[in-house]
Amino acid sequence: MSDPTTDDGEPRFRRRSKTWEGGAVKWLFLACALVSILTTVGILVSLVINAWGFFTEIPIWDYLFGTRWSPILKPRDYGVLPLVSGTLLVTLIGALVAVPIGLASAIFLSEYAPDRLRRIIKPVLEILGGIPTVVYGYFALTWVTPQIQKILPDLLVFNALSAGLVLGLMIIPMVSSLSEDAMLAVPRSLKQAAYALGATRLEVSISIVVPAALSGVIAACIIGISRAIGETMLVTIAAGATPKLTLNPLESIQTMTAYIVQLSLGETPHGSLEFNTIFAVGLLLFFMTLVMNVGGHYVVRRWGLRYE
Amino acid sequence: MRSPSSFNHHLGRRKILGSIALVMFMSSVVVGILGLVVLLAQILFQGLEWLSPELIFNFPSRHPEQAGLKAAIFGTVWLMGLTAAFTVPVGVGAAIYLEEYASENWLTRLIEVNIANLAGVPSIVYGLLGLALFVQWLSMGRSVLAGALTMSLLVLPIVILASREAIKAVPETYRQAAFALGATKWEVVRSVVLPSASPGVLTGIILAMSRAIGETAPVIAISALVYLTFIPQNPLDRFTVLPIQIFNWIARPQEDFRGLAAGGIIVLLIILLSMNALAVFLRNRYQKQSVE
Amino acid sequence: MTETREGLDAPTVPKLFVNEHTASDESNTVIDVNKLDVHYGTFCAVRGVSMKIKENRVTAFIGPSGCGKSTVLRCFNRMNDLIPGARVTGEINFFGQDLYAAEVDPTEMRSRVGMVFQKPNPFPKSIYDNVAFGLKVNGYTGNYPDAVERSLKRAALWGEVKDRLKENALQLSGGQQQRLCIARALAPEPEVLLMDEPASALDPISTLAIEQLINDLCKDVSIIIVTHNMQQAARVSHETAFFMVNDDRAGYLVEFDDTSKIFTNPNDERTEAYITGRFS
Repeated sequence: MSDPTTDDGEPRFRRRSKTWEGGAVKWLFLACALVSILTTVGILVSLVINAWGFFTEIPIWDYLFGTRWSPILKPRDYGVLPLVSGTLLVTLIGALVAVPIGLASAIFLSEYAPDRLRRIIKPVLEILGGIPTVVYGYFALTWVTPQIQKILPDLLVFNALSAGLVLGLMIIPMVSSLSEDAMLAVPRSLKQAAYALGATRLEVSISIVVPAALSGVIAACIIGISRAIGETMLVTIAAGATPKLTLNPLESIQTMTAYIVQLSLGETPHGSLEFNTIFAVGLLLFFMTLVMNVGGHYVVRRWGLRYE
Repeated sequence: MRSPSSFNHHLGRRKILGSIALVMFMSSVVVGILGLVVLLAQILFQGLEWLSPELIFNFPSRHPEQAGLKAAIFGTVWLMGLTAAFTVPVGVGAAIYLEEYASENWLTRLIEVNIANLAGVPSIVYGLLGLALFVQWLSMGRSVLAGALTMSLLVLPIVILASREAIKAVPETYRQAAFALGATKWEVVRSVVLPSASPGVLTGIILAMSRAIGETAPVIAISALVYLTFIPQNPLDRFTVLPIQIFNWIARPQEDFRGLAAGGIIVLLIILLSMNALAVFLRNRYQKQSVE
Repeated sequence: MTETREGLDAPTVPKLFVNEHTASDESNTVIDVNKLDVHYGTFCAVRGVSMKIKENRVTAFIGPSGCGKSTVLRCFNRMNDLIPGARVTGEINFFGQDLYAAEVDPTEMRSRVGMVFQKPNPFPKSIYDNVAFGLKVNGYTGNYPDAVERSLKRAALWGEVKDRLKENALQLSGGQQQRLCIARALAPEPEVLLMDEPASALDPISTLAIEQLINDLCKDVSIIIVTHNMQQAARVSHETAFFMVNDDRAGYLVEFDDTSKIFTNPNDERTEAYITGRFS
């Protein structure tokens, strides 16, 4: 169709030639979105290339299954298991604190608490989640450890137990708030049906709400634990700097993240074998958390129930 | 009527169980809140006496009573300013693309999955990325610029997610009304969508910045040096930030430095709390407006 | 014992049987409502409802939206207790016992009053576990598989699901899900079954199945059904209550009588106007 024209033949509406502008803007925004993909690629490339320098000298087998980690002091050993066990030990303690307390808080907030109380408690828990991790480290070192030492006088100043306990406190808000979201998504009609059958509030919560929200609850726990694995400053400050293959929470250990910080603080020349260890450790750390996060999303997609 | 014998309700037992469970659920919440209270009390108790003008205006020192946060405060301001300058346009641009332009295809899905996964990558890993990419390969050195670029990548998912929520909340009718007046897509985005979404976007930016202020691990990987007695003059200068200075003081064995660290934490928490309060204030005002 | 149901055909328990067929004014009163008011906060949702609901009959609640018919229904198993700010005054006597008396435990009481909701809402569990849930929470002492089978048979679903009891209930069709919800509600052997627009989300064939089921069930359960569909009320119910909403949005009872009378010769002209479709 031709443009509508006025009597003197001039177009009444001038089609503005702005299509190029719209196109350019679209490509610009797409470029912004692609930064996120470049970030992932960048993480992988930078970790792999620097870790490659490490693995050309140390066989990957010795790295993954070696039981002694001493990259700086002789005799040198590059077995990452002590760092992994340190990370898992602290994470386990943290999970033992955060999962039960986080889930119980979520049940209380979603099924029991009146609206007004929930509106007070939730921001308080959010504050807990927004405190920098150095602060938690300070708390673990200067308050929690001395308190535990009153009961267990042999406890070292740097130990896995205090770090793990405070790590648990730190991820409670995350576990609690993500699980609560999943529980609030359980349709009210299901709860009503259970109440109408004569179930008590506890029975409704435990036999209807938690199972129906299970995928979200599990995902919340997985994401919380993955956060605990990657947590750095708290364990650097409070858990110690002695890589040790142990499951004794009273000992001083070192986590993968804490090792990376320790080495970054030293004056290790770039490109040296010692320097490249942090990328090898970082690569393993990245994969551990990636598996957990992908697992969390998978649980939600695979078993998440869709309600209308 | 049914005969009552075929059901044994155990009402008493179920009620007792319910009460025990309620007590347990409530005490779990109390544990979380109590942890927060004890943590804050410990820090105030240890740090209040160290709050002084010297703490704010002095450079770090070997002597606790003369040591201050000056370099760290200026480093934090530099880092935050540059981080915001990188994060805001890219984050909001990505959100606009995903909400307004992207069609349902593999690329969009890839970007979305990728952003979700990036949010779960440990911050120290970002530090390693920055160390390899910006410090070494792009030869920026251990500069505030390298730190800010790293921090931008770290908080980008937060800004994108918050901006997407805010853009999603703009009623479809606004867009339709603008389109019906003959506006192009870009004009609709610029003059209708962004203004309506700006309070939500701003809230997201503030939350991202408050996360960035408290982040320590990636900045240690970039900056390493924590004992600085000068203020960065340009983006390629070395720098330190508040949480690193605090960490440095915590790590010293002398009792006085612990107190100094607590004082530094109080300063840090005051900054964070005021930023969060601002975000909450903006969110509330925004919610009220959208109800009206 | 449970053979009350099984023994319907036995000559020893003819009472329910007789009731159903003589269907007369001699029926016992199941629920006696006296001056019922329901408030949500300061808002009065239902005002001054009094009625006597009879045993083993189907009673339909009809009326325009917002007239409080569902609210009244939800008073009969105290579901309104779950809504913060809801306040129920007046008396509801259930076989002579005041439901809202201080000593009545809503949990136990709810097991004696079943409820079926507007949209099918099976638990995301197996078919078997759905039906067994009410048995479990109420401490059923008999044989569970038998009780589950009995409930599914009463809900006319047994034939369709007997080979797939372990399957997730969400895999059933909408109509099957709703019959499963009926079976679930019947499992604790309630004396009264409340149905809140049970067929409004279903297709016509499933609706017909539910209506037939209501017809069969009322031999041994008193049924109260809220419906928007006047034909449905006319088809399934023995008695009909017509509710309306007044100017300050409070629902009230206009007329309560035999269904045949309500639909052919109502006492109140507002009922007649509604039945003949002059307002909705």
